[in-house]
Amino acid sequence: MTEMQFEPKIIAFCCNWCSYAGADLAGVSRFQYPPNVRIIRVMCSGRVDPSFVIEAFKQGADGVIVAGCHPNDCHYISGNQKAATRAEFLTSFLEEVGIDPSRFKLEWIAGSEGEKFASTVKRMVEEIKVLGPLGSEVL
Amino acid sequence: MEASPETKQPEKEVIGVFVCHCGTNIGGVVNCEKVAEIASQIPGVVVSKDLKYACSDLGQEEIRKAIKEKGLNRVVVASCSPRLHEYTFKNCVEGAGLNPYFMHMVNLREQCSWVHMKEPELATGKAANLVKMGIERSRLSTALSPREVTVEPSCLIIGGGIAGIQAALDIGDKGFKTYLVEKEPSIGGHMAQLDKTFPTGDCAICILAPKMVEVARNKNVEMLSYSEVVDIQGYVGNFTVKIRKKPRYVMEEKCVGCGVCAEKCPVKVPNEFDMGFGSRKAIYVPFPQAVPLKYTIDRENCLHFKTGKCQLCVKACVNEAIDHKQEPEEIELKVGTVIVATGFDVYTPTRKGVYRYWEYKNVITALELERLINAAGPTGGHLVRPSDGVEPQRIAFIQCVGSRNLKIANKYCSRVCCMYAMKNSQIIMEHSPDAEIAIYYNDIRAFGKGFEELYHRVREDYGIEFIRGRPAKLTKDPVTENITIRAEETLLAKITEREFDLVVLSVGLIPNPGTAPVQKMLSLPVSDDGFLAESHPKLRPVETAIEGVFICGCAQGPKDIPDSVAQAKAAASAASTLMIKGKHIVEPLYANVNEELCVGCGLCAELCPYHAIEIAEKDGQSKAVVTEALCHGCGTCAAGCPQHAINQLQFTDQQLMNELTAALAAKNSAGGE
Ligand SMILES: Cc1cc2nc3c(=O)[nH]c(=O)nc-3n(C[C@H](O)[C@H](O)[C@H](O)COP(=O)(O)OP(=O)(O)OC[C@H]3O[C@@H](n4cnc5c(N)ncnc54)[C@H](O)[C@@H]3O)c2cc1C
Ligand code: FES
Repeated sequence: MTEMQFEPKIIAFCCNWCSYAGADLAGVSRFQYPPNVRIIRVMCSGRVDPSFVIEAFKQGADGVIVAGCHPNDCHYISGNQKAATRAEFLTSFLEEVGIDPSRFKLEWIAGSEGEKFASTVKRMVEEIKVLGPLGSEVL
Repeated sequence: MEASPETKQPEKEVIGVFVCHCGTNIGGVVNCEKVAEIASQIPGVVVSKDLKYACSDLGQEEIRKAIKEKGLNRVVVASCSPRLHEYTFKNCVEGAGLNPYFMHMVNLREQCSWVHMKEPELATGKAANLVKMGIERSRLSTALSPREVTVEPSCLIIGGGIAGIQAALDIGDKGFKTYLVEKEPSIGGHMAQLDKTFPTGDCAICILAPKMVEVARNKNVEMLSYSEVVDIQGYVGNFTVKIRKKPRYVMEEKCVGCGVCAEKCPVKVPNEFDMGFGSRKAIYVPFPQAVPLKYTIDRENCLHFKTGKCQLCVKACVNEAIDHKQEPEEIELKVGTVIVATGFDVYTPTRKGVYRYWEYKNVITALELERLINAAGPTGGHLVRPSDGVEPQRIAFIQCVGSRNLKIANKYCSRVCCMYAMKNSQIIMEHSPDAEIAIYYNDIRAFGKGFEELYHRVREDYGIEFIRGRPAKLTKDPVTENITIRAEETLLAKITEREFDLVVLSVGLIPNPGTAPVQKMLSLPVSDDGFLAESHPKLRPVETAIEGVFICGCAQGPKDIPDSVAQAKAAASAASTLMIKGKHIVEPLYANVNEELCVGCGLCAELCPYHAIEIAEKDGQSKAVVTEALCHGCGTCAAGCPQHAINQLQFTDQQLMNELTAALAAKNSAGGE
């Protein structure tokens, strides 16, 4: 694959109540974004086991987003806080194993933020295109 | 109904895929025939069709027909968002005899065709990949059944202000057993302290007292005053509540409220109901219209408790109602629904603030003013200055004290202060037509029915002066104790200094300290402003994230009496809906423990925001046990289990990993298959 053709694979775990709804709203509002992303719906961002993210990278994802409700808005009180704690762990873990931690992002996207969902995906695709395919940073 | 996954699983997946055009919504971008064609190649798929409108009667019939004819045991519908039509298609497959949880939806509209409108080829590739993800996930689907819980036909209402009283009346009148718990000796809340009420000027206690009496008389309402909720366990329909009745040291059944005891009591203390201006005895009712009209001994000040000697009240009471040995009493209740109506508190000005509330006697709060102009208050409704008891002529109101202020972190507007300042100005002018009143404001918010009219009335008919500007400094004349306010009058672009006899701070509303313990017991979410959060700001205004628990009145946020009453009626109606049905359906999303893998470490129990998991001994080993009815299905336990021993139904690790693998196996990452 030449560098020109590189199309990153991005996985986005979205909580049902805010971020998945935000992704739906992006559609209803016709905000366009690149098709590189695959959304996996979970009930809460707190459902995302750090091992899912690691598994995604293992199986060839170039970037992973975990998206949940804004602080204090989690449908299950505090799932997003747990996601935040796990994200901290993941970031340092990725650094340790030599994966650029900017390939992983935790985002708060509300059900009313269709625009934010679209722009988050757009930005992620652009950034990862610059970084190149997963593995290019591992020497 | 039992909630566990059915033991008998179909041996092999017989999968049907239905790709919806949604008219041109999907079909106009995605090549649906091609997507169906690609899906038909996937192992296990025996039918793969594109349909014009899958959700139409014709489309649904087509799906049902295929289930029957081909013996499908998995159905994948690739159409719009599951948030829109999941229920429709679950119903559809159930109509053909398939367990609804074998239907899985793939989102081709909101998350594909509508967001990649200019890239039909890539969108088609992505759609094919999304369908593959759905198929792989659906292989692991299991037959489930929603759980039905019975709802106890009784309601606990916490807080006996106007909101709690109204909710209790509405639920009691519908015939449901209602417990109204109030921590103070009397119900009534803040409304009982007010003089008149904006915008109409009705006397507050005159319209409140009949309701207080009515609620006490209602056969279905059991009033538990001077009581606190100490524990709530359980879930929608089945809450177990522990209530502590504090000792009044007066037997409620014997006290007739005659008041002879208080006449004889030698101890006088400031009355908190009058904001400390009037006095009461150590045996007291907070105000004459108190409900229940039962006396209470304030243990801290009672001479008997202090010295062991005084028995004057005991001797005075002909009914022998006084019992200094009374103990707190614990009561346990079972209720199906809960309404939290714990109200508000007024903001207390800071000790170091510019308004010198703690230093200058002639700077008072609006709630203190309510008592000083109240006919039943300590001065008989005759407004006097605290420093010298003289009637003030020049009075200033300062608005937004403790509201709309970033420095003290109360960003919100308290929604009643503009109107109560106007109402009280009018009342003062009616008593002393020569008074001069100025209101220092930032913005006037007169948004309710009849509010703007009151605003005009006080300006035009009563000559109240409205000064736009936030006072910067208050100083006191050492002799007269008059207050000079220095402020920038922003409409005149001038700094002025004006002298007043009395300054009233229009203090904002903050959450009642009584709310926090209840909020913790029930795990209720809180909004940014610190008040209890409703589950949707527009469409679910009295519901909470906890099913079966509702909120109303100022516990949810600052509001006036009409809005508190409206919300109370809404909460009563929402709670009654559950109780009338008598049962509640819970989606099977709960956590499931694999006991072979579980080592009983207890991490899941710690993670669970609902206390739904306990570590229990099973055959001599510690295992996690999930109370399904308490589990809300967030899955945070499953995400945290180091043994992968706990899983979430419909969102198992394996199901999510199947989806992930299918997504990443796609040949072309921008498109798909
Ligand atoms: C100075 C002032 C003037 C006002 N004037 C007007 C007016 O003219 N017109 C108007 O419409 N509105 C007015 N309001 C607003 C009005 O007071 C409120 O809208 C109304 O009182 C709200 O009722 P509530 O039942 O929600 O709360 P509250 O009146 O605060 O009642 C809550 C009750 O719950 C009890 N409680 C709290 N925690 C617990 C617990 N854990 N267990 C048991 N019980 C508990 C409290 O003791 C209290 O009795 C005014 C407010 C102020 C501050
Ligand atoms: S439900 Fe959205 S993060 Fe918890």
